[in-house]
Formats: sequence, C-alpha cells, structure tokens
Amino acid sequence: MTSVTATAYDTSLPADWRDFVALTKPRVMSLVVFTGLCGMLVAPVSLHPVLAFTAILCIALGAGAAAALNMWYEADLDAKMKRTAGRPLPAGRMDRQSALHFGVGLSFFSVILMGVATNWFASAVLAGSILFYVLIYTVWLKRRTPQNIVIGGAAGAFPPLIGWAAATGDASALPVLLFALIFLWTPPHFWALSLFVRSDYAAAGVPMLPVVAGARATRRQILLYSLPMAAAAVAPWPLGLAGPLYGAAAAALSLVFLAMAAQVNANKAAEPEGMAPEKRLFAFSILYLFALFGALVADKWIIA
Amino acid sequence: MTTPEELQHARDVRARQRSRSVVMAFALLAFAALMFFITIARMSGG
Repeated sequence: MTSVTATAYDTSLPADWRDFVALTKPRVMSLVVFTGLCGMLVAPVSLHPVLAFTAILCIALGAGAAAALNMWYEADLDAKMKRTAGRPLPAGRMDRQSALHFGVGLSFFSVILMGVATNWFASAVLAGSILFYVLIYTVWLKRRTPQNIVIGGAAGAFPPLIGWAAATGDASALPVLLFALIFLWTPPHFWALSLFVRSDYAAAGVPMLPVVAGARATRRQILLYSLPMAAAAVAPWPLGLAGPLYGAAAAALSLVFLAMAAQVNANKAAEPEGMAPEKRLFAFSILYLFALFGALVADKWIIA
Repeated sequence: MTTPEELQHARDVRARQRSRSVVMAFALLAFAALMFFITIARMSGG
C-alpha cells in the first residue's frame, strides 16, 4: 500500500472570480469606457438610455476581452516583469486555458450584443478593435519592433469611434479626429512610462524604444509626437466640429502637455529616481485625455 | 486515508466553486434583464 502525502494530490484551486475581473485590466478600462461614452455623447443622434448603456457595456467587455487575451498570450513576459508578475496567470492563480476561453467568450459576447442592441457597423468596429489589439499589437508587433505602441496604439483609439458608431451607424470627421488624437497620444504616454520601468522591459526582452534606442532618443520622440497630438487635440475647434469652450480647454491642456514633454526632453537622468518629469508627464497624460473628452462633451451640451 | 490538508483543500475548492456559481448566476440574471429591456427599447423605436 502506498502512503498518501500532502503533495500527492493537486493542490491548485479553481481561479477566483476576482481573478477573472483582474484579467480584464479594470483600471485601463475606465479610460476606454470614458472615451467611448464621450464619443457617443457628442454624436448628433441620441440613443435610448438602455441601448446607450448596453453599447458602453459592450465597449467595456470588448476591452476586457482583449486584455484577457493579451494576458493569456503574454503570461511568459508578465512573469519576468515586476509590474506584472502579480497578475493571475504569472502568479499561478489561473490556468492559461481558462484565460483563453474567458477572453474568446467575452469577445464574441460583446460583439454580438453590440450588434443586437445598436447596429452591426459598431459591432464590426468593436470586433476590429479587439482583433487589432490581440493580433496586430500583442502577437505581431509587441515583441518585434520598438514601434509596437505607435501602431498598436490604434487599438486603444477605437472607443470614441465605436461610441459614435453605436449612436449614428456611421463614422464622420469628428470621431476620426478623436481616433487620431488617442492614436498620437499613446506613444508619449507609454514612452514616458517605459522610461522609468525600462529595466522591467529589458529583463523581459520587450523591444520598447528606451531599451532599443536609449533614453535620449525616446525623450526626443516623446516631444516630437506631442506636437501632432496637440494639433489633433485643437483641430476640432478651427474645423467647426467643436466650440470655443473645447478649443480653449484643448489649447491650454495641450500647452501644458507640450511644456511637460519639453521638460522630459531636457532631462538627462538615467535612473528612475531622477525621472520626476517622466512620471509627471505620464500622470498628466491620463488627466489630459479625461479633461479633453470631458471638455468636448461639456462644450456640446453647454452650447446646445 | 484522507489527510486534514486534503480535507481542507476539498473545502477550499468547493467554496471557490460556490462563489463562482453565485457570480455566474447574477451575471445570467443581469443578462436576461438587459435583454428584456433591450427588446422593449428596440420595440419603442430606440
């Protein structure tokens, strides 16, 4: 007869529901939901409140699904980085197959529900954004090129377009400009972060710009990308797509952003301890996007 | 023979499964309610 020891049985537990929530990157989702909601609120057509709520829910679930699939594919990378080692997969609280099933299931659910509740154009754009984030950014670009977030940034730029499409069934100049704004905002935002967590990316072998080209080149690129980003932010005003309230807010916020990007460009620090300008820019970039979209909605509603 | 560790593990597994089932039940209920309200909104031309 063989004796049973404490290690002779499977000691793993089924994943907790909180781990499935963590798989959707809820903190990132807040910005996605907010920009999607603003895209919907500035559209010339108003949706029934239940359908509007459902559309926002679908944008949130789609973003969560893409995040889950990203974590499923990148479990090996996440395990090598301090910032991500505590996530459910690298921490061993969930098996990879559960994450895959959850991500794929949530993707189909969000896309179909969007089509049923609003229209199939919005549903197709939502599907495209999930596929773009998972296949183009996560699978193809992230491990291959330092331009990963330049092109991959498009994935995060879709929500205002989806929100607008859910309300109107089409896409016009303003949502395309909002797409361009987030697309151009993403590189300065992520490069500011990647400068002070450079060692994490280097340890994981991710070819982020500071790892491949160095801090100086990255700081210059941050400033260079901030210029067209500021132009895209202000553009809706002179083009007649937004009013003076938005125009003034966009100009003021963009000036602050550019000043901070210039401070980053002037910084020479090589260690995270000396990267206060980068940390400030990263924090402000989040506030910047929230404030810009908030101003756009306020402008439309107050002027109206 | 079942050890105390195995018994505790079995209890932990059941607790985890129970909490997941409760969350799933709430999610299904919320989905059913949402589909009901979506149908009404679509019927009213929303």
